[in-house]
Amino acid sequence: MIGAVELGLIYAVMALGVYLTFRILNFPDLTVDGSFTTGAATAAVLITGGTSPALATLAGGVAGLGAGIITGLLHTKGGINPLLAGILTQIGLYSINLRIMGGANVPLLREDTLITPLRENGLLGGAVSIAIFGVLALLIKAALDWFLHTDTGLALQATGDNEAMIRSFGVNTDRTKILGLALSNGLVGLCGAVIAQYQGFADISMGIGLIIAGLASVILGQAVFGSRLILISTLAVVLGSVLYRVTIQIALQAGLDPNDMKLVSAVLVVIALVLPRWGVFRRVGALRSLRRTAATSSSPGGQ
Amino acid sequence: MLEITSVGKTFFAGTPNERVALDDITLSLAPGEFTTVIGSNGAGKSTLLNIVAGRLSPDRGTVVVDGDDVTRLPDHRRARHVGRVFQDPLAGTAPDMTIEENLAIAYARGKSRGLRLGVTRAKREFFRQELASLELGLEKRLKMKVGLLSGGQRQALSLLMATFSEPKILLLDEHTAALDPQRAELITRLTAEAVERHHLTTLMVTHNMEQALRVGTRLIMMHEGRVVVDIAGERKQRATVQDLLRAFEQVKGAELDDRTLLQ
Repeated sequence: MIGAVELGLIYAVMALGVYLTFRILNFPDLTVDGSFTTGAATAAVLITGGTSPALATLAGGVAGLGAGIITGLLHTKGGINPLLAGILTQIGLYSINLRIMGGANVPLLREDTLITPLRENGLLGGAVSIAIFGVLALLIKAALDWFLHTDTGLALQATGDNEAMIRSFGVNTDRTKILGLALSNGLVGLCGAVIAQYQGFADISMGIGLIIAGLASVILGQAVFGSRLILISTLAVVLGSVLYRVTIQIALQAGLDPNDMKLVSAVLVVIALVLPRWGVFRRVGALRSLRRTAATSSSPGGQ
Repeated sequence: MLEITSVGKTFFAGTPNERVALDDITLSLAPGEFTTVIGSNGAGKSTLLNIVAGRLSPDRGTVVVDGDDVTRLPDHRRARHVGRVFQDPLAGTAPDMTIEENLAIAYARGKSRGLRLGVTRAKREFFRQELASLELGLEKRLKMKVGLLSGGQRQALSLLMATFSEPKILLLDEHTAALDPQRAELITRLTAEAVERHHLTTLMVTHNMEQALRVGTRLIMMHEGRVVVDIAGERKQRATVQDLLRAFEQVKGAELDDRTLLQ
């Protein structure tokens, strides 16, 4: 169970990225499944090549950033529907990820990674590791909070809220969208890099279905902890990620097959999106507005 | 301040649906001039505003703002000089953001947006003073989400956001049309006050002839993509709705005569 909390705190970084696109930018970005693996693959290959783990992790984040920029360019300059732009990048990244890794996976078991000091001192799966991962997740949350309240951050928020309005105040929304997608996938790539080191390998299939895990974390967190302010929303996303991993862990301990977990996650998200439509949880505003994104995103341009 | 020269715009050119929105518009606005624009549906009023705002680009002609040719600049780059209030009270503000955040976005018009905090203590004090001038009590609700305000309050806020950063040109696109009479009256009054206070060069489209005569310093009537009436100063002050209707009938009548002659 402690392992689930740990995982939840690491995956919270990815969930914050998903929050940035889905909730702030109103852009259902499916690049995540690919950019997560890109971050992991980049970091793993660099570490086995002798680069310092910290630098390699950072490089994983930068690789994710690049993936986000490509989706952004496809949508803004290419005029491609947001969902399709994300899927195109994701599919393209599958081949790129295989090229980066030179195969379907890269083992890291004998390498020095960021996790090695924790593992060697027997600190994994305890209060110390939870504290460390918790502080790191909250630091990234705080940085995101700060950024969203700067002039650039406000412009980014408004891009997802009322695009015509923010353009009438002199903001190039193509640029804010690309920036948002880049930051989001940067966080996702960073998370992939850490996960690869945590589990001891990078694998071509590690990102599959991850967007649903991210969405489930955002929905779960905001339904339970609220979303009135950005500060509360981002905290809810971090806690939601932990809640999601713990829920999955409980389901596994109850005897469910690990292979069924993707279906469980998908059903969870569907329920959360459909319930507000049927009038259950009418008061859960977070779900309603998330539903708005998920239900209207098929029309290009968002709002 | 605003020079529109020989601007023409045709929609769906070369198709059976071809429609000439602007025929040949030449219009010059002096600094601080407050011009109201009237005309029937399809006269080209909104097209004219969209071309000045940069949402549409003209087929021919030029738009010059304060000596700079902006004809080919996209809307977001023209926004530095051009403020705008839309007909839809929901269009000019971001509903999920707070009143002070909306104002901070407007405050940064024409400045480069960096990584400084959008709402600072000094700015908040300034916003409070500006909001107080609306006399709607919004200065006490800086942290309220704009989506919770009524249509009239949102339009008043949109007006403030469009004007307090002092754009060179202010465009008002039937901005009182979607409000109830009482709210429309309030917005009209606030508009006149803001234009006066900031000395804004203004182009206001309206359907309401009485309003068009009452506010502003100049009035133009458009018909089928052309300016058919252009009055200012004392002549405008003396004009009545009846005069405008008569002028409109004359224009339509003349057109009818042309057509009969051609047949």
